Amino acid sequence: MKYVDEFRSGALAAGLAARIAAECRPGREYRLMEFCGGHTHAISRYGLADLLPPAVRLIHGPGCPVCVLPIGRVDQAIALARDHGVILCTYADTLRVPASRGSSLLRAKADGADVRMVYSTQDVLKIARANPHREVVFLAIGFETTTPPTAVAVLQAAHEDLHKLSVLCDHVLTPAAMHAILAVTGGVPLDGFIGPAHVSTVIGSRPYEPFARDYAKPVVIAGFEPLDVMQAILMLVRQINDGRAEVENEFTRAVTPEGNRTAQALVERVFGVRDSFEWRGLGSVPHSALQLRPEFARFDAEQRFGQAYRAVADNKACECAAILRGEKRPQDCRIFGTACTPDNPIGSCMVSSEGACAAHFTYGRFRDVAAA
Amino acid sequence: MSRPHGRPLDIRHGRVDMSHGAGGRAMAQLIEELFAATLDNPLLRQGNDGALLPAPGERLVMATDSHVVSPLFFAGGDIGSLAVHGTVNDVAMMGAHPRWLSAAFVLEEGFALADLQRIVVSMAGAAREAGVAVVTGDTKVVERGKGDGVFITTTGVGVMRAGLTLSGDAARPGDAILLSGAIGNHGMAIMSQRQGLEFDAPIVSDTAALHGLVAALLDSGAAVRVLRDPTRGGVATTLNEIASQSQVGMLLEEGAIPVDAAVEAACELLGLDPLYVANEGKLLAVCAAEDAARALAALRAHPLGLRAARIGTVRADAHGFVQMTTRMGGRRVVDWLSGEQLPRIC
Ligand code: SF4
Repeated sequence: MKYVDEFRSGALAAGLAARIAAECRPGREYRLMEFCGGHTHAISRYGLADLLPPAVRLIHGPGCPVCVLPIGRVDQAIALARDHGVILCTYADTLRVPASRGSSLLRAKADGADVRMVYSTQDVLKIARANPHREVVFLAIGFETTTPPTAVAVLQAAHEDLHKLSVLCDHVLTPAAMHAILAVTGGVPLDGFIGPAHVSTVIGSRPYEPFARDYAKPVVIAGFEPLDVMQAILMLVRQINDGRAEVENEFTRAVTPEGNRTAQALVERVFGVRDSFEWRGLGSVPHSALQLRPEFARFDAEQRFGQAYRAVADNKACECAAILRGEKRPQDCRIFGTACTPDNPIGSCMVSSEGACAAHFTYGRFRDVAAA
Repeated sequence: MSRPHGRPLDIRHGRVDMSHGAGGRAMAQLIEELFAATLDNPLLRQGNDGALLPAPGERLVMATDSHVVSPLFFAGGDIGSLAVHGTVNDVAMMGAHPRWLSAAFVLEEGFALADLQRIVVSMAGAAREAGVAVVTGDTKVVERGKGDGVFITTTGVGVMRAGLTLSGDAARPGDAILLSGAIGNHGMAIMSQRQGLEFDAPIVSDTAALHGLVAALLDSGAAVRVLRDPTRGGVATTLNEIASQSQVGMLLEEGAIPVDAAVEAACELLGLDPLYVANEGKLLAVCAAEDAARALAALRAHPLGLRAARIGTVRADAHGFVQMTTRMGGRRVVDWLSGEQLPRIC
């Protein structure tokens, strides 16, 4: 238990806050993007914005797996469950992502489609073994942290010859999304990144070096504890003040420069990089997602069912796209908290607790009232 | 008593079957040899369709609660003790002294009689300890697969304290919010057992009858306005209910809310927030600010309130936000639970 307390000491937080305030240069803004939804959640959950001087502005990034999943991808999964009669397995949050015509996997399930929530890929394998005569499809989403378990499941399926199991692969890549954000011309001006925690334990700190080198943006990899985030902000303020742009690692207790080589090798064996992939908010991003390698093509649901991806526009009122690019904030959306709430999400950012809109609604919306 | 059933019930090896709910001899035998024998008291012995109660006082309080829990036996209790405590506490939170309970059992075909006996014995023990009598009951049996072992519904009747009214709409700006002890123990006892989590010292449910603690609090003379036991949905949900009923806001102090180390660690592991985890032996009280110290002292002087704390203050707020100053020093909303963030646990 000490373990948790160590990272949640109010006194340490106050100390870090005072140092950050003291080191911010007068008249200068520090616009920092926390890439990960995990950080967005921690910042809201602990009310960290209240500890920071006004000069530090935190901007939510696109690192929330269900947030960046475009409608067309959810439609694909719904079509498989409804029209092809498959058992469609996926993680809990994905069930509620709004799809075309007010649908979602949860609604499809209520209408009779066989949609099942799983906690891990082991659950998927169990379902496939228990239903040898049914097509079982795993809708696989997530960044580099959820990819290795999917790779393991595919290898296991090949080993056991679970030939009715396939994967609808929507795994995406963090560095590609960071490139996309920096590459948008006229996009959000940023002074630095709070780098991902769990993703970095897998990919290591090296993949962020181009952002420091080519874009002159400092990156500080941080753990998900509130003190990690405060410490990372201080490190970023110092880099910016010094005119440095480096990749620094605040999360040394879990992240190494090389990352987890075993996990990387597994992913490498099973997946190749797609030429391009559509993200909600970021549009089509080259080399930003994974697909199964040709030798595992029989486990690829897109090929197996001939399901081509069809892009679908977001709900007109929803500002998720601009929010995911860091250009707008949840409270800038006209239907935030009225038509769109966590119980009845219109856009994907209101679905997962890591989504910017859900985090702001759940923890931070009193600030809008105070400001109004 | 005469024994028209031939051999006594084979509790050690027997199982519930459909005949135990069919209204015939088997059912009568189950009621007589297990329920009536274990829960015995003069009112139950009346043996009629209902119990005739010697009602004293003017105002009575009645509350009912269905109990569904998996696992049926958990560290610190079982569905039997829980079914007594849950309803006793609902009556107690009204400010009444609980006296009588009814108990309705829905049994699943195939359920081991030995387990049923364990549950009924535990129920009898909990009732005795709480000074309440189970005065009437019912048993039904459902086919295998249509129940979860045992469901128990209890209804409680209690005698109201003279001159007192407590209600969820009575909180006023400035009032103090008190909590009787550490939160999350019941929910995490169940959840860690379900998930197979192991700790050096297992997390034990806090299930307990709270009317003694309530009496101690009310006897202190503090102006108590609202009492609630934060069961399903936890402290966060209960406070949101009070805030919306009373049309007020609240400001909590995270650092003042007691949470056991093991509970916090288990919550962390499962990604849960202890504020939303169920309790079965804790109460929340809203009382006049000037009486807070007196009320707190009364709670702390009782064995079930040793770690009682003042956790926040009621505020005027048109939006009815329950807010909290976090241990980090920042502020957040403590919202209603949305969707199905937590598995149902009680
Ligand atoms: S509040 Fe809802 S509709 Fe608006 S941007 Fe967020 S998710 Fe989209």
